[in-house]
Amino acid sequence: MSGVTLSNVQKRFGAVEVIHGVDLTVDDGEFVVFVGPSGCGKSTLLRMIAGLEDISGGEISIGGTTVNDVEPADRGIAMVFQSYALYPHMTVEQNLSFGLRMNGKPRDDIARRVTKAASILQIEPLLARRPKQLSGGQRQRVAIGRAIVREPDVFLFDEPLSNLDAELRVQMRVEIARLHKELGTTMIYVTHDQTEAMTLADKIVVLRDGRVEQVGAPLDLYDDPANRFVAGFVGSPRMNFMAAKVVDTTPGSVTIETDNHGSARLTLPVRQAFQTGDAVTLGIRPEHFGGPDGDGTRLTVNVDVAEHLGATSFVYANMATGEQLIIEREQSRSEMGKTELTITIPPARAYLFDSAGDRIR
Amino acid sequence: MRSKSQTTLLRTVGLHAVLVPLALIWLFPIWMMIVFSTQPENAIFSSNLVLLPSDQFANNFALLQADTGFLRTVFVSIVVATVYTVVSVFLTSMAGWALARYNFAGKGVVLAIILGTLTLPYFVVVIPQFIMVARDFGLGNTWFALIVPPLFNSLGVLFMRQSFSMMPGELFDAARVEGVKEWQIFLRVALPMARPTIAALCIILFLASWNNYLWPLLINNRPDMMTAPVALGSLIGLTRVSWGGIMTGAVVLTLPMLFAFVVLQRHFVAGIAAGAIK
Repeated sequence: MSGVTLSNVQKRFGAVEVIHGVDLTVDDGEFVVFVGPSGCGKSTLLRMIAGLEDISGGEISIGGTTVNDVEPADRGIAMVFQSYALYPHMTVEQNLSFGLRMNGKPRDDIARRVTKAASILQIEPLLARRPKQLSGGQRQRVAIGRAIVREPDVFLFDEPLSNLDAELRVQMRVEIARLHKELGTTMIYVTHDQTEAMTLADKIVVLRDGRVEQVGAPLDLYDDPANRFVAGFVGSPRMNFMAAKVVDTTPGSVTIETDNHGSARLTLPVRQAFQTGDAVTLGIRPEHFGGPDGDGTRLTVNVDVAEHLGATSFVYANMATGEQLIIEREQSRSEMGKTELTITIPPARAYLFDSAGDRIR
Repeated sequence: MRSKSQTTLLRTVGLHAVLVPLALIWLFPIWMMIVFSTQPENAIFSSNLVLLPSDQFANNFALLQADTGFLRTVFVSIVVATVYTVVSVFLTSMAGWALARYNFAGKGVVLAIILGTLTLPYFVVVIPQFIMVARDFGLGNTWFALIVPPLFNSLGVLFMRQSFSMMPGELFDAARVEGVKEWQIFLRVALPMARPTIAALCIILFLASWNNYLWPLLINNRPDMMTAPVALGSLIGLTRVSWGGIMTGAVVLTLPMLFAFVVLQRHFVAGIAAGAIK
């Protein structure tokens, strides 16, 4: 087993740089999730670790060995692809054993590995079938099985669940978490789904435009985002952002006034110095708005749409201002049918970002 | 108001009224080929139209065999077409694979040249090819000259390239990560997946070789290497044309192809459609 280290890893396609000097350490046995919007370079980065994509600069090492010029097969990795990439003309068993057979592994060793992988994934009854006779979830299991038989040091997953329906996705997510616990192997997992990232990861790497925005444990990113992008990306529904201006400053605190939403005023403790009139962004998560009797600044909003999910409700408010707010409410039944809602913004739960999007602390 | 089923019926009847006569027109020459292969030698010149087969097939075939050693020429044709098909499928697959799956300098130019040769009529190529093979290389009357020069088949290359480039790239990446060698990926993953296209290509190539008349006629005049179409052609003499023999030979040459087509039809259509869809 081994960790993975990226130092100043770059990727250029011609003149276009898509990965801008990424530094990252993945510890032995860690489950790391690369997350970010489409086109952020997360899959490219994974393919570079796999060796399927050459790197234009920097260094990748796996288990302490630099692998920049090592063939994919010799890097001690196994990869699970988004499309499953099962060989359609082979049975499940042949799919699992193909790589081992082509590499001249002994017959009994192959049989042992295939049996073990099949039992881990509970696909023994499917061994004689061909991929087209399998459901999406079964195909995904076989694809994971094909990675397991390699007994790799590092597992790489490239959006493995994105072709599955919602229910199956949750189920397979749990399976992958169980697999990680069982095997204890280093896993790097790419997804654009922040729920998958939050639930699976020991460590999340948030990427945007080929740059690492923040690295941290899921709850650290949720509680303490480094910038507006991470704050908006982690958490579902996403954080609310309100344009605001600094109206008063004292050493150690700042008072802001929102541009919309009835010019709500809020005083927040900050170490950074500000000038009156500076533009800032106020951020607050849907689940952190207080009720009408809560602490902090009171705000009355017009309810546009309310989604009642049973245990909670999501209220979409103030669309007319162009700055829609999403408010999560737990006592859903009592909120039904209201057209106006009074909420509070607790200062302790509010985040401030400067005009460049960086977090103000 | 006509009901829906009545409309469907009318349409079916109308369609068949057009298609059946067309099919008959297409089938007529083939039928006449069969008829004349069973009629006495001079029936083709008889004043009243003969439309039904007779019992002279064996007779005609015996004459054909005596005139040309026809069975041997059929054997030569089978050998030539089989070797040609197998080697050509392999070569065109490899070229198609390289063009579909690898990036190399000048790939676009290579592709353009291959595409360009498709626009050249065969008759423009055949004379320079003959001069080069027979005069410059001195290879006239050899098996090599009979089989190898037509091997390069640009249609086949494009056919296979299309088939390979439609396969998802992740499949081959998956094999690479598993340590499967490039030639193993080609032989064990790509080729089996291209089976429908290969089946279609086999028919096209075998048929092309089977029916090839001009090249074997030009490059070879050794009787023991004569192919069946050339043998049939030799029955057209200056003073006498052996129609019974020609028709009998044509029937014998057509039947195996018809059989192969019926057996492989499903693959053939699937292979051609695979190139068309997407």
